[in-house]
Amino acid sequence: MTQPAKPTQNIHEYLAEFEDIPGTRVYTAARARKGYHINQFAMSLMKDENRQRFKADEKAYLDEWPISDEAKAALLARDYNTLLDLGGNVYFLSKLFSTDGLSFAEAVSTMTDMTFPEYRDMMLKGGRSPEGNRSIKANRAATGAADKQGNY
Amino acid sequence: MARITAGVGSSHVPLLGVAVDQGKDRDDYFGPIFAGYDWTREWEKETKPDVIVLVYNDHASAFDMKIVPTFAIGCGERYKSADEGWGPRPVPDVEGHPDLAWHIAQSLILDEFDMTIINEMDVDHGLTVPLSMMFGKPDKWPVKVVPLAVNVVTYPVPSGNRCWALGEAIKRAVESFPEDLNVQIWGTGGMSHQLQGPRAGLLNREWDNKFLDMLEADNDEVRWIPHIEYLRETGSEGIEMVMWLIMRGALGKKVRRLHRHYHIPCSNTAIGHIVLEPEE
Repeated sequence: MTQPAKPTQNIHEYLAEFEDIPGTRVYTAARARKGYHINQFAMSLMKDENRQRFKADEKAYLDEWPISDEAKAALLARDYNTLLDLGGNVYFLSKLFSTDGLSFAEAVSTMTDMTFPEYRDMMLKGGRSPEGNRSIKANRAATGAADKQGNY
Repeated sequence: MARITAGVGSSHVPLLGVAVDQGKDRDDYFGPIFAGYDWTREWEKETKPDVIVLVYNDHASAFDMKIVPTFAIGCGERYKSADEGWGPRPVPDVEGHPDLAWHIAQSLILDEFDMTIINEMDVDHGLTVPLSMMFGKPDKWPVKVVPLAVNVVTYPVPSGNRCWALGEAIKRAVESFPEDLNVQIWGTGGMSHQLQGPRAGLLNREWDNKFLDMLEADNDEVRWIPHIEYLRETGSEGIEMVMWLIMRGALGKKVRRLHRHYHIPCSNTAIGHIVLEPEE
């Protein structure tokens, strides 16, 4: 069996590239470690009994978990972008969407700069284009080039 | 001897399950999506597979962050529909095929794929939605299922190359099972979608269709697409498409495309569907 020579994947380069994607938090091991209890808290909402206790007193329920005050505040505010920064993952956080009775699309729209109707409309029209959304570095280079053209 | 007779690729968006369960599958929104599966439903009735090796990912239903297996195979007798927070989907229990599943598991481990064995679990929309898309709403699923769960959530997820190679090993394993069985392999998830962050809602029709073209090709170039390309081009959850490569790898070098369908959008996601047959 012949196979193309396998390039050795450098883990540091592999992980560094993930930070170059605009508006995206790739769920790396570092985030998974940081957000472990946030995600396990969210998983606990799979049980109806826990959902009821959470709804009755959100703060008291959160105080049972070893979660930072910052993360507790973000959970109470349903500030999903901050939760992503703190290591939350959307598949786990979706247990909070369902506890709130929110559709996936509506909850997802709160992480964008659009209202839900605007977001839904964008999806119906073909979604967000990858153009200009692939690379932070490439965007910066393009803006720099445009600035130069404009200024000089 | 058992043999893999076909491969199916399909998205597994949870909202499709809701549409089936609530009878909305022919309305204006969902009609065009489901129409693209009509051909496949008829074909499944004619070809009558015995077993589906169903490659999917669990969405924080059976597994939480306590244990994260990269590749796990279901060797149990049966699996119940998981409660994903809205109550379990009203679908029949999924019947396993422990004889074939254990045979595949053992063969894969000897073939140096160190699988996690699952004896008991509930299965979520990742597995039940494709069954609904292909078989509708029967009282009992007309096939047995060997669930194969892949970690596509916590990075690093397996490479495309590794997924392809696992597919090749599954083909060898199935072909060494003594009983005559008509086995299909399904790769599910995708296509382009991003469910998180300010870039949420990203879709990429052009890239998705290029990926479908690559699956149909008589070469294995598609296995070398790096993770970063899926992430940049198809959104953070588009990485699920590596699971389609397990299906494609199990079909051998040449394939014949029997059916293909693509639709935008379903909720946050681009729907893709392909049916391939190995060509010896």
